[in-house]
Amino acid sequence: MASAFEYAPAPESRSVVDIAPSYGLFIDGEFAEAAGGQVFKSVSPSTEEVLSEVARAGAEDVDRAVRAARAAFGKWSALPGAERAKYLFRIARIVQERSRELAVLETLDNGKPIRETRDTDLPLVAAHFFYYAGWADKLDHAGFGPHPKPLGVAGQVIPWNFPLLMLAWKVAPALATGNTVVLKPAETTPLSALFFADVCRQAGLPRGVVNILPGYGDAGAALVAHPDVDKVAFTGSTAVGKEIARTVAGTRKKLTLELGGKGANIVFDDAPVDQAVEGIVDGIFFNQGQVCCAGSRLLVQESVHDEVLDALKRRLSTLRLGDPLDKNTDIGAINSAEQLARITALADQGEAEGAERWSPACELPSSGYWFAPTLFTGVTQAHTIARDEIFGPVLSVLTFRTPDEAVAKANNTPYGLSAGIWTEKGSRILAVASRLRAGVVWSNTFNKFDPTSPFGGYKESGFGREGGRHGLEAYLDVR
Amino acid sequence: MSTTAPHSLADVTASDGTLRRFLHGLPGVDAVGLEARAASLGTRSIKTTAKAYAIDLAISMVDLTTLEGADTPGKVRALGAKAVRPDPTDRTAPATAAVCVYPDMVAVAKEAVAGSGVKVASVATAFPAGRAALGVKLADVRDAVAAGADEIDMVIDRGAFLAGRYLKVHDEIVAVKEACGTSARLKVIFETGELSTYDNIRRASWLGMLAGADFIKTSTGKVAVNATPANTLLMLEAVRDFRAQTGVQVGVKPAGGIRTSKDAVKFLVLVNETAGEDWLDDHWFRFGASSLLNDLLMQRQKLATGRYSGPDYVTVD
Repeated sequence: MASAFEYAPAPESRSVVDIAPSYGLFIDGEFAEAAGGQVFKSVSPSTEEVLSEVARAGAEDVDRAVRAARAAFGKWSALPGAERAKYLFRIARIVQERSRELAVLETLDNGKPIRETRDTDLPLVAAHFFYYAGWADKLDHAGFGPHPKPLGVAGQVIPWNFPLLMLAWKVAPALATGNTVVLKPAETTPLSALFFADVCRQAGLPRGVVNILPGYGDAGAALVAHPDVDKVAFTGSTAVGKEIARTVAGTRKKLTLELGGKGANIVFDDAPVDQAVEGIVDGIFFNQGQVCCAGSRLLVQESVHDEVLDALKRRLSTLRLGDPLDKNTDIGAINSAEQLARITALADQGEAEGAERWSPACELPSSGYWFAPTLFTGVTQAHTIARDEIFGPVLSVLTFRTPDEAVAKANNTPYGLSAGIWTEKGSRILAVASRLRAGVVWSNTFNKFDPTSPFGGYKESGFGREGGRHGLEAYLDVR
Repeated sequence: MSTTAPHSLADVTASDGTLRRFLHGLPGVDAVGLEARAASLGTRSIKTTAKAYAIDLAISMVDLTTLEGADTPGKVRALGAKAVRPDPTDRTAPATAAVCVYPDMVAVAKEAVAGSGVKVASVATAFPAGRAALGVKLADVRDAVAAGADEIDMVIDRGAFLAGRYLKVHDEIVAVKEACGTSARLKVIFETGELSTYDNIRRASWLGMLAGADFIKTSTGKVAVNATPANTLLMLEAVRDFRAQTGVQVGVKPAGGIRTSKDAVKFLVLVNETAGEDWLDDHWFRFGASSLLNDLLMQRQKLATGRYSGPDYVTVD
């Protein structure tokens, strides 16, 4: 008998997904090469293996795609809502049918564990299409006036942390409300969006309604600046968001921005400790912490600091880091070398500024981009790691003494996307939640998403809401 | 683990008031979070060598049980034989941890497993309701111990617990522990389905451990809700925290409702990732299950031969 329970590897099969050696841009229902003939490579972050070569969109391609979307807009927006709903329901069902394939693809391209793509990303992607399909024929009753109109062509730019989920958040409400779409996925994770293009074809979606342009920031900038785009939706970094806001300022374009965050996860002394520890882990180590609403600042009441930290460290020692395709892996790879360098630099700065660094004993694979789960204790509001978004598996632990202090510290950030409250006292949850300047406040849980629930930020975390009935507003003319 | 108890643990049981304050000062349990954690550990994928290890470990942790009004010496002897050699076709299959019988069958069981290392456990204390005078319960225990029982499974007085008379429950456990003497280990059964809330289960766990339980056990197997991944996870957290605070290690036994190898492996994952490998051993973790053993044996045969056998390839005892 072995001395301990070692789990044998349980890798998900790669054979369920067929990745072509090269992909084009998806414009007007066809895959096409980039006008400039440029291509780039998409690599798997866990192995640095080149997965495929992808056409790189330039300004000329953006123009072509926007024209295709404009041409499709008339017919698409004129369809009865119930007809549009049929397409969306069809897409949702195809996503469900192909969910294993898409989950494996997403894990290969992004580096996140299959456990998360299988159990979180893909079910939510389907749920968003189902949810907004349900709204398509009820827009007159959504509270935006008797006959709200679509805006036109939506230019959408999405990040690499949840490639397919962010696509769903943007495409589903846009189509449900009668808009057409030009979407640019991130340069490190273009593949699932290209597979989604295939899903659109499979669903028989009319040509030009959805166009997908893999590319870099220049393509995104061209899309945002294109004069025939009526609506811009962006999820990504605050710096780029500010740039986009400048570009769009003074035009007729409507804009929503989902930007960075530095979420506070507040643990009071009467919290359910074991569940709070799980919530802290979910808050900062879900998707390797590459989550804009991550609970990256743990605010723990001084009286239970040692107890919570002991429990948290013990728990981190059971996290399993490694091959993201292994069904038992909890922590996968960081998305890119560039992101890994940023996380490393910020963590080093935390150490240099005097915070105490801790990681569980953890062997990192020799190839790919990896960062061990990391805690910083003794962090104060004056530390860089308490202020800057790290976007990685790094938790800063701060303390507070009273609810007022907790609220003051939680709100003392340029961001305002998410927050968490852990207490057994219901009245305290309500009292504290109402004072937190954050778009989402979770109580006794963290990082839970649902298509019916609006999501969005305060301050430098952006404006506008995605999800829920509120998410329709961003794609409707509601004068 | 901090609590609101003003005194050291030794003073906690000084009065009903101190005991109540201590138990109610334990951190709360968030039901949604607890169940989500248990479910997420249930998705661990255990294959090949890990599965073979887990199945043998699970077999060695089974308390093979017969608790029927119709139990006879013949039935108990058959059970004993199966506990010693669960798979007659494969002698590498480990023996179970114990056979568990009513007190009047202890002597028969003891003889049936003599010399094998398999323990005899007995459900004393007016099992399963526990509705008898303390003197009767203690006599029940002494009978079983005198007949050679290695382990006593006692039920707590759920009525007293739910009425908030924690000290009465505590003192009864202490008295039973004393009646066990030095020869028998004591498993304390909470009947978690009747305690109803997770907060109650955590309090009962601490109460049992404070009173000297060697094992804490979910249930009798005689009510609608018995062992679940969530209540077992909660009890594993309790023994882990209790050892951290007192240095005393206490075992855990989920009982009732665990029927398949898949379920058993999930419970072992809970042990592994909650309490840790110190509990991955039949001295510290048991399964109270009778139908589970045959499924474990069939899975074991499948791993050995590559083929599924069937119910006629394992014994019906």
